[in-house]
Amino acid sequence: MRVTTTVNGQRVELDDVWEGESLMYALRERAGLPGSKNACEQGECGSCTVYLDGVPVCSCLVAAGQSEGRDITTVEGLASKTDLHGVQQAFLDAGAVQCGFCTPGLLIAAHDLIARVPEPSDPDIREALAGNLCRCTGYEKIMDAVHLAADRAGARP
Amino acid sequence: MDFACPRTWAEALEVQAQEPDTVPICGGTDVMVDVNFDRRRPAALLDLTRVRDLQGWSHRDGRIVLGAGVTYARVIDELGDRLPGLAMAARTVGSPQIRNRGTVGGNLGAASPAGDSHPPLLATETVVVAESVRGARRIEIADFYTGVKRNALEPDELIREIEVEVAGGPQQFSKIGPRNAMVIAVAGFALALHPDVRRVGTGLGSASPTPRRAAEAEVFVAAEFDERGLWESRSELPESVAEEFGRRVGLATEPIDDVRGSAAYRKHAISVLARRALTWAWSDYRRHRL
Repeated sequence: MRVTTTVNGQRVELDDVWEGESLMYALRERAGLPGSKNACEQGECGSCTVYLDGVPVCSCLVAAGQSEGRDITTVEGLASKTDLHGVQQAFLDAGAVQCGFCTPGLLIAAHDLIARVPEPSDPDIREALAGNLCRCTGYEKIMDAVHLAADRAGARP
Repeated sequence: MDFACPRTWAEALEVQAQEPDTVPICGGTDVMVDVNFDRRRPAALLDLTRVRDLQGWSHRDGRIVLGAGVTYARVIDELGDRLPGLAMAARTVGSPQIRNRGTVGGNLGAASPAGDSHPPLLATETVVVAESVRGARRIEIADFYTGVKRNALEPDELIREIEVEVAGGPQQFSKIGPRNAMVIAVAGFALALHPDVRRVGTGLGSASPTPRRAAEAEVFVAAEFDERGLWESRSELPESVAEEFGRRVGLATEPIDDVRGSAAYRKHAISVLARRALTWAWSDYRRHRL
């Protein structure tokens, strides 16, 4: 089937989509957007997190057909043409990236948290990132990165 | 495989009636896992996320009528005051991403003994409204669960809404798992005090082939409260009553050994959860809190 959707502000037509196909697969293999990572395929790890109509979801649990006419933002859509998004820059600066596999999902989850809670506490961050597993860094630097991103966003005029 | 995305409820019922091997999908948190892992290849997926009738809730005769497509995130944000037990359970479901998509209707459709919605729905008066092209029918929650991951729905029926009694007293939910997030309950328990009818409702999860009530323990605790005049006096709950209540809830379990826990552990854990839940709810009641 054909699925027409908006991804990162662009209208995208995905062809030959299998009816049981996940949005994650469609984004990676058909839309050429491999930022969302394919890991657990059961909503456990959060590596495939994207915004669907402004709400963070595991794209592996969304049937591609369910995204027809919806608005999707992937990690590729966070940065501008010239600059990383503040959350991305903070992850780099805080050293919150090791192998990087979980990072796209963490970036979307952290981006959403800071939009909702401009000055998140440690428990706020732990709660918001509870569905994003990282097997390398041990989360401390990820916590630092979210605080850094929030502080910088708050400091901006 | 077919993929149907009806805009109206009538259209959805038509699709379900035409092909019984059609699997309804909302949040996809169970259905897509099975499809991703090749465990299930239904003839068709029926996307219900565009059916407007399922996406809202309303207040009717002291009950909340919850559309089958209302997400856990919305139950938490919008219904925490009226359905505190269900909202507490919803807060323990998966992660933010899962709560943004998963629905109470989907939890009922999957009917897993470990589903977090079931205990609070059992602890209070709940009716599942199922519908097909043949008409609608109301199913009492206790009759809804018929076996492991099986429910009372006919192949052509879909869940339209869930009617849940608005809390008339304190409610509690707790569950055991290895983490504070992304946990499938090793054991779960919900309790609701119904002071108006002098009843204590219970719901057990992950403790038997289907979610169930601990009926005998409910009768025991109601009799103890009556005998001791506790509903009126709101005096302290004797520890022996809480302890015996927990023991009797444990007797209502029929747990299994599996990768998440042993049967013996589950029975013990449920007893402890039940004792604590009663103690917490009673202390809320004594403080005149809802």
